[in-house]
Amino acid sequence: MKPLRIEGLTKEYVRGLRHQRVVTLDRLSLEIEEGEVFGFLGHNGAGKTTTIKLVLGLLRPTSGSVWIMDQAADDAAVRRHVGYLPESPYFYEYLTTEEFLLFIGKLFGLDGTILAKKVDELLELVSMNTARHTLLGKVSKGMLQRVGIAQALINDPEVVILDEPMSGLDPIGRRDMRDIIHRLKDQGKTIFFSSHILPDVEMVCDRIGILVKGSLKAVGTVRAILGDTAARSIEIVVEKFPRAAAEEAVRMGATMVERGHGVLISVHDENQAVQCLELIRSHNSRLISYVPHKKSLEDLFLQETGLGRS
Amino acid sequence: MSRVVIIAANTFREHLRDKVLYSLVFFGLFLIGGALLLGSLTIGEQSKVVKDIGLAGINLCGVLIAIFVGIGLVSREIEKRTIYTILAKPVPRSQFLLGRYIGLVVTLLVNTSVMTVCFLGVLLASGISPDIGLVKAVALILVELCVLVAVSMLFSTFTTPTLGAAFTIAIYIIGHLANDIKALADKMQEGVIPWVLKGVYYLLPNLEFFNIKGDAAYGVSIGMNYVAASAGYGLAYAAIVMAAACVIFERRDF
Repeated sequence: MKPLRIEGLTKEYVRGLRHQRVVTLDRLSLEIEEGEVFGFLGHNGAGKTTTIKLVLGLLRPTSGSVWIMDQAADDAAVRRHVGYLPESPYFYEYLTTEEFLLFIGKLFGLDGTILAKKVDELLELVSMNTARHTLLGKVSKGMLQRVGIAQALINDPEVVILDEPMSGLDPIGRRDMRDIIHRLKDQGKTIFFSSHILPDVEMVCDRIGILVKGSLKAVGTVRAILGDTAARSIEIVVEKFPRAAAEEAVRMGATMVERGHGVLISVHDENQAVQCLELIRSHNSRLISYVPHKKSLEDLFLQETGLGRS
Repeated sequence: MSRVVIIAANTFREHLRDKVLYSLVFFGLFLIGGALLLGSLTIGEQSKVVKDIGLAGINLCGVLIAIFVGIGLVSREIEKRTIYTILAKPVPRSQFLLGRYIGLVVTLLVNTSVMTVCFLGVLLASGISPDIGLVKAVALILVELCVLVAVSMLFSTFTTPTLGAAFTIAIYIIGHLANDIKALADKMQEGVIPWVLKGVYYLLPNLEFFNIKGDAAYGVSIGMNYVAASAGYGLAYAAIVMAAACVIFERRDF
C-alpha cells in the first residue's frame, strides 16, 4: 500500500478574455513510500502548494488522480488518514490554542477524555503548554506554526503533509521542527513536505523531488541525485606562506587570495590539495583550515531550475 | 456529534465573541427604547407606535446581521485562509456550509429572542399588553432572516464580499417589492417586460409574505395557517438556495 500516489496530475487555469490557458502543474506522477520523509522542492510559483492543495481536495484537478492509502483522494473521508499544515497558517483568532485543538479533534470524531489527553500530549510536543489559554489572534507566527503542527497530528495521521513548515521560523524553531519531523519518522509516519530551506531538506529527507514550472525535473534520494560525493573544490587557509611557495602553488593551478594575516588557496581536486599541503609543510607555514566543498542540494536546485550561474 | 453541529457550535461561539454583533444588538435595543419615547409623544396611538417601531428595530437589526455577517461566513474564511485547515479534514464541503449556516441562524435566533424579551418588557413597562400577534410577527421575521442568510451565503460562495452584500441588499429590496412587481406584470399586456417581471417575481423570494408587522401593531388577527404557510415557503426557499450554494461551493477551487 502506498501512502500517497499521484498519477498524471495536471492543473490548468483559463485566464483573461482570450481564454489563455496557464498550466500550473503538468502531468505530475509521484509515489511516496511508507515511512519515508519526502522533500518537495521548487521555487516560488513552481506548483508545490498547488500539488498539496490538489492532494487535499482544496483544488479540483484538470486531469489525473491522487490516491491516499490506496483510496481516491476526492472522497473527504480519506482525509482522516492525513495531517496537514498549511503554508503560513492562520487559525480562528477568537479561539484559544486549546479550544482550537479540541474543535479540530471533534471534526475527526474524537471526544471526551481521549481528546483531552491527545490535546495535552500535542501541546507538550510543540511546547505550547504555557499558551494553551491564549487566543490565537494574539500568538506569534512561530507559535502559530507550532499550533499548526499540533492540529495536523491530532488524528494520529499515517500521512503528514507540511507546506513550507520551516518558513518564518527562527533557528530554534527550525531545529524544533526538524526534531518533530525526525520523531514522526521514528513513529513510522510518512511525511511529505515542501520547503525552500535546502539545508533543512538535506538534513531530514530520505528522498526529494524538484519541481520546476509545474514539471517534476528530478526525484530520488539526496545521495543519488547529488551523485558523486567527491569534493568539487578545496579551500585551504594558511599563514606565513612565503611568496616563493605561493608562486609555485599558482603554477600548479591553485588560485590565491590574501585574507588578513593569511592566504586563501583554492584548488580543484585532492591531488592539487596534497601538493599544496606538501608546500605548506616544506616552508614551515601554518595550516589554519582545510575545507572540501561538495556539490550541494542548492547547486543542484539552481542547476535544475536554470537559475545557477554558468 | 455530527460535523455540522460541531461547525455550527463553533460559528455560534465566533459570533458570541464578535464585538460588532453586540453593537448591532445594542442598536436594536436602542431602537426599541426609542420607540417608548416616540410613543409617549403621540396622542392615542402610543401602543401602535411602540409596537411598530419595536418590531422594526428587531427586524432591521436581524437583517443587518443576516446580510453582513452572512456574507462573511464563507468569504472571511477564504480571505483569512482558515478554510484550508477545515476542508483538509474529513469534512464534506456541504457539511461545512450547512454548519456555518445553522451557526448564524442560531445566533439570529438568540439575538432576536433577547430583543423580543426586551421589547415585551418595554411594552409591559409602558402599560401596553402584548398579544400573540407580536410573537407571530417575530417568528416570521426569523423566517425572513433564514432566507436572507441563505441568499447571502449563496453569493459568498462565488463572488466578493462587497458584491455579495450589494446583491443580497438588492434581493432584500426587490423581495419586499415582489407584490408590486407582480401587479405591474399583470397590468402590462404585451412585450417581453411582463415575462421578465414575472420571472423575477417567481425566482426571487417574496419577502412581503413575512411582513405582518403592521397587522401585529394594529392588533389585526393573523391566522396560524398563514403563519405556517409563510414559514413553510420561507424555509423551503432557504433550503433550495442552500442546495444551490452547496453545488457551487463543491466545485470551487481554494
